[in-house]
Amino acid sequence: MRILVCVKYVPDIHSPRSFADERVVRNPDDGGMNELDDHAVEAAVRLVEELGGEVVALTVGSEDASVALRRALQLGASRAIRVTDGAIANSDVFGTARVLGAAVRRVGAEEPLDLVLTGMASLDALTSMLPSALAGELGWPQLTLASSLAVADGRARVERHLADARETVEAPLPAVVSVTDEANSPRYPNFKAIVAAREVEIEAWSLADLGVDPNDVGDLGARARVLSAAPRPPRDDRRVVSDTGDGGVQLAAFLAEKGFA
Amino acid sequence: MIGVVIEHGPAGVGGSSLEALTVARGLGDTVALWLGPSPSEDERALLADYGVAEVRVCPLEARARVASAEGAAIAAAAGDLDLVLGVSTFATKEALTRFASASGAGMVVDASGVEIVDGRVETTQSVFTATYVVRSRIDAPRAVVLLRPNSIVAEPAPKPGEATIVDVPAPELATAETLADRTFVASEGIPLAEARIVVAGGRGTGGDFALVSELADLLGGAVGATRDATDEGWIGHEHMVGQTGTTVTPSLYVACGISGAVHHRGGMQGSGTIVAIDTDADAPIFEIADFAVVGDLFEVLPQAIAALRDRS
Repeated sequence: MRILVCVKYVPDIHSPRSFADERVVRNPDDGGMNELDDHAVEAAVRLVEELGGEVVALTVGSEDASVALRRALQLGASRAIRVTDGAIANSDVFGTARVLGAAVRRVGAEEPLDLVLTGMASLDALTSMLPSALAGELGWPQLTLASSLAVADGRARVERHLADARETVEAPLPAVVSVTDEANSPRYPNFKAIVAAREVEIEAWSLADLGVDPNDVGDLGARARVLSAAPRPPRDDRRVVSDTGDGGVQLAAFLAEKGFA
Repeated sequence: MIGVVIEHGPAGVGGSSLEALTVARGLGDTVALWLGPSPSEDERALLADYGVAEVRVCPLEARARVASAEGAAIAAAAGDLDLVLGVSTFATKEALTRFASASGAGMVVDASGVEIVDGRVETTQSVFTATYVVRSRIDAPRAVVLLRPNSIVAEPAPKPGEATIVDVPAPELATAETLADRTFVASEGIPLAEARIVVAGGRGTGGDFALVSELADLLGGAVGATRDATDEGWIGHEHMVGQTGTTVTPSLYVACGISGAVHHRGGMQGSGTIVAIDTDADAPIFEIADFAVVGDLFEVLPQAIAALRDRS
């Protein structure tokens, strides 16, 4: 099994985020790998432990994004690639998929890949569009939101729980698979793994290395752009009641006042 | 003409699709995009009530209801449309991402509003777990916008549409995914994502959802739960509200015995009015509550339920 895992560097979701000049401002000191990507790396490492092979971690971003790759290496990836290029800034999901797709093709040209794994969403944007955009870009089948993943006889099989249905979906390899946080419990890296992760040299690729036209990505290629961004107005008129025996009555009165009862 | 991808299942047309039709009608003549077996006469009549001029039916087989095939079917049905709307659910996001990926459309999801300004599509959406409001413009000639449920109130059109059925041949599929099994989860009552009112319980319920369910029934709402509660097996996973469960944006969210962990808040912070009941005065959920009761839900809820019954 040769598996590539796409990981993303995101700000700590507990830390403040904001916009300046219609761009997202993040504090680079408190970020890390998107927590949901832990499950994708874990799923990849388990398959390789079972079937043999290699796990390659891939990210797109600035040098800060190396933090995410180190985390993937600690969790069991053996190779790490970062695509960094000034022209990538402000890519929409289709631009990001273009860059990732080109990197996947290049890794696959060295030796064919069996799977590309991703998390179910990034905890900063939460759109869950990237796996589908990447599958579309590669022309590969997609098996998304997997709560379990098995590979046998050149096929991947996943179970997924949607709001209204439970599904079992299969596809031939190579395929793009996104896994949910139900898929596994990621391991805690031990000291040896942490030291070993430091030893791996992160490969840095540019758009030119991948043959991607800068006009297709970043600001220039974005099909949608942010015009303005503003903090949501604070909730005004907040009321706090300490229950001294009539909290329920006050709650009912509030619901009635707001027209809900 | 504006296309609207209609979500439908054993329970009929999804309520959020009616909201999307209401939005679409304000922008132009509406075309319903319907994947699967033809709508029933009742379903067609409902679409007509919401002003639909045309219903394009692409008869995808149940086994071909995978994102890539749905994306191709939407391309076949909506090839001439500049704007396609839908509901921001996982399934529709995936199908329309495939459509946009192939067609070069620009796409915005989780929108609360959409307008056409100087011939281009502009959207409004909440980001960063509803702490920011962002306005975006789609510059590509074709646009896809998916709307969050409860962004607006669905209303029938002043004048019904014709809802003329137009058959669209299912595209030849080069789709490699096989849907080996699909079991519909019988949802009792209103689907969580679409509910106008959600009453949710967390660790503070200690596993007893009776009062939460009773209040939900009384208010005509759906029951939600935290990750803790579903992990404990107190209630089914389909009730989970949070960043990895269902994101909800109801008009009213009542959090019972929920401390408000960041993953939970991310799934409900965009709600209209937020009410919270918890014993811990420092619970983070109170930071975002419009009405907070610091108290024991096993005392507060029965009293509130009795008071609400007295009113009605």
